[in-house]
Amino acid sequence: MSRRSFLRTSAVLTTGLAALAASLKPLMEMNDFPTAERFMQKYYKELTPAEMEKVLQRITDEVEKQYGIRPHVRDLKPMDGVEFVYCLNLTRCIGCRKCVHACVAENNQSRNPEIQYIRVLRLPHGSLDIEKAEHFYNTDSVPEKGYFYMPVQCQQCKNPPCVKVCPVHATWQETDGITVIDYDWCIGCRYCEAACPYWARRFNFTKPSIPQERLNPDMAYLGNRPRRQGVMEKCHFCIQRTRAGRYPACLEVCPAGARKFGNILDPNSEVSYILKNKRVFIQLKEEMGTAPRFFYYFDV
Amino acid sequence: MRNYFVFLGRCGRIAFEGDWRYYAWMGGLTIFCLLGLHAWCRQFAQGLILTGMSDEVSWGVYIANFTFLVGVAAAAVMMVIPVYIYDNEELHDLVIFGELLAVAAILMCLAFVTVDLGRPDRFWHLIPGIGQFNFPKSMLSWDVIVLNGYLLLNVHICGYLLYSRYRGVKPAKWFYIPFVFVAIVWAVSIHTVTAFLYVGLGGRPFWNSAIVGPRFLASAFTAGPALIILALQIIRRVTQYSISDKALLTLRSIVQVSMLINVFLLANEVFKEFYSGNLHVVSSKYLYIGLHGHHGLVPWIWTAIAFNLTAMLLLVLPVSRSLKWLNVTCVLCIVGIWIEKGMGLVIPGFIPTPLGEMMEYTPSFNETLVCFGIWAFGLLCYTVFLRMSVPILQGRLVQANEGQAGSAAARKH
Repeated sequence: MSRRSFLRTSAVLTTGLAALAASLKPLMEMNDFPTAERFMQKYYKELTPAEMEKVLQRITDEVEKQYGIRPHVRDLKPMDGVEFVYCLNLTRCIGCRKCVHACVAENNQSRNPEIQYIRVLRLPHGSLDIEKAEHFYNTDSVPEKGYFYMPVQCQQCKNPPCVKVCPVHATWQETDGITVIDYDWCIGCRYCEAACPYWARRFNFTKPSIPQERLNPDMAYLGNRPRRQGVMEKCHFCIQRTRAGRYPACLEVCPAGARKFGNILDPNSEVSYILKNKRVFIQLKEEMGTAPRFFYYFDV
Repeated sequence: MRNYFVFLGRCGRIAFEGDWRYYAWMGGLTIFCLLGLHAWCRQFAQGLILTGMSDEVSWGVYIANFTFLVGVAAAAVMMVIPVYIYDNEELHDLVIFGELLAVAAILMCLAFVTVDLGRPDRFWHLIPGIGQFNFPKSMLSWDVIVLNGYLLLNVHICGYLLYSRYRGVKPAKWFYIPFVFVAIVWAVSIHTVTAFLYVGLGGRPFWNSAIVGPRFLASAFTAGPALIILALQIIRRVTQYSISDKALLTLRSIVQVSMLINVFLLANEVFKEFYSGNLHVVSSKYLYIGLHGHHGLVPWIWTAIAFNLTAMLLLVLPVSRSLKWLNVTCVLCIVGIWIEKGMGLVIPGFIPTPLGEMMEYTPSFNETLVCFGIWAFGLLCYTVFLRMSVPILQGRLVQANEGQAGSAAARKH
């Protein structure tokens, strides 16, 4: 190789490498660089109890480091003989959106940008055509004359399209009927978001941000533990509460008593009573064949 | 084995040799690649918030480009069928350029899917065996298989034929013909499966239509060969590789028939959507005439339709037998179909949302840079493939001249 061509080659190589390094530079300001441990983390269903213990420990430490609060993170399993069902009384709902905000507070959703699991639709009297829904009604007082309100959240389908389409089994249906997400397994392709007929899924377009004092420290692995950038999340019937014998946050906060929740396999439960005795109840977009575990009913 | 590495080494070296025009072209593409890489690194660091996508419109121009390019890749079959089934003479020596284009297109597809992921660091969850692969339920898992399979098939066919030519031996039929026939069926499958990604979603009536698959194929077999017609003329101009006008006109008749079918299927779709007038027509209304004061896609789709119709008219007229007009037609086909299939198919599926909310989508600057970067990467790959294969096919880069001024001979044209 001649001196001249050597010099030329080195000059080209140096420029090229410098340009490459400059292109890669944004990686230095990575929001959330995966550690080796997190990169290698196994799928939820493949974790042994001992491994799960370690993972929970790690999550606890991470949350404490980030928020300065030591959380109580559990891996709550579904209970035998339980299948959860939600019933929502459209006659009673007044559209106050208290459920929306109680949900955000309970489930550690990102506040900026704010992620909400529940969307309350305002519909004109007489029509269930969702095309006519107003999402962003903003009035001094509710309810308004001539309208009724329909809160929509994950319908916990018996035949969930989101679970079917996920290429990596990162979302699945548990025996108690709750469709959950392994936030550490989701690759963020958003196919489930496209598949859901209820627009119930949300994506973390950037690193979630929650003010320290707002963090709910009572957490579940498949529930409300803080999520990371680039993964899906959605309503999980407040797994951290309902699997421990409590009601979902949206139900507790409802001032109108429009929300009912319980075990459909228990013939004496409130939801069993409603589904047996109310004359009309509907499943949203029943024709999709998704068989929601979320029922809307009327006082008739 | 040693021979094979010498072959690869020489191919690699020749990719860095050329005249000033070659360096300028490659340098320009590299700059765009790096700009795209930079933009993607920013996105990886800060999240998909840097794109124009939202929970409402959760797929955008990445998936649109992906869909279009799967079609380009599948269209290679439109050269393979005439050559291997009908023994077409004109296209015989050109079919490999179509297959190489398919390889480049699939590489771009894979890049577009990767940049769309929220957690690209978790790509290994998709690898069968070590990850959790939801096969056969998820159509996306099918897509992973068919795309990678198609890539391997084409790499094998092209690689084997070129290596045989390099060594100056006749390729063993059993070692590539079966793969060619598998690849024909496979090409149809990649685009069908990609259509099924959309068709399978019951919650999105705009996509949930049986005609999407056939329309995908018809538009792919229009835009793909149109792209090949342009590529072949560029190859002919810069390399003196002999390509007959007759070959280009054979491809023209393929584009002609495909475009007629494509427009026919489009008309079917439009009729079904608007005549029945049921409530599921909202997405189409948004696309073609605007809905509730939102018209974002209207100018795009009418441009696409105007381009497609003009191209169709030119194709059925004898005027497109002249190369000048044929080139205009090809550009119209490519642009028209890119809009129709990309922005015109992916975006309106999300608008309005399943809960009736109107939210429009415009790609962000960063997102656009990533797209340009990937297109530049694809062109870079295709140029390199051609830079390697043309001298081999012309007999200037062969085993016989190994060691002795081989690269000099190749450099000389």
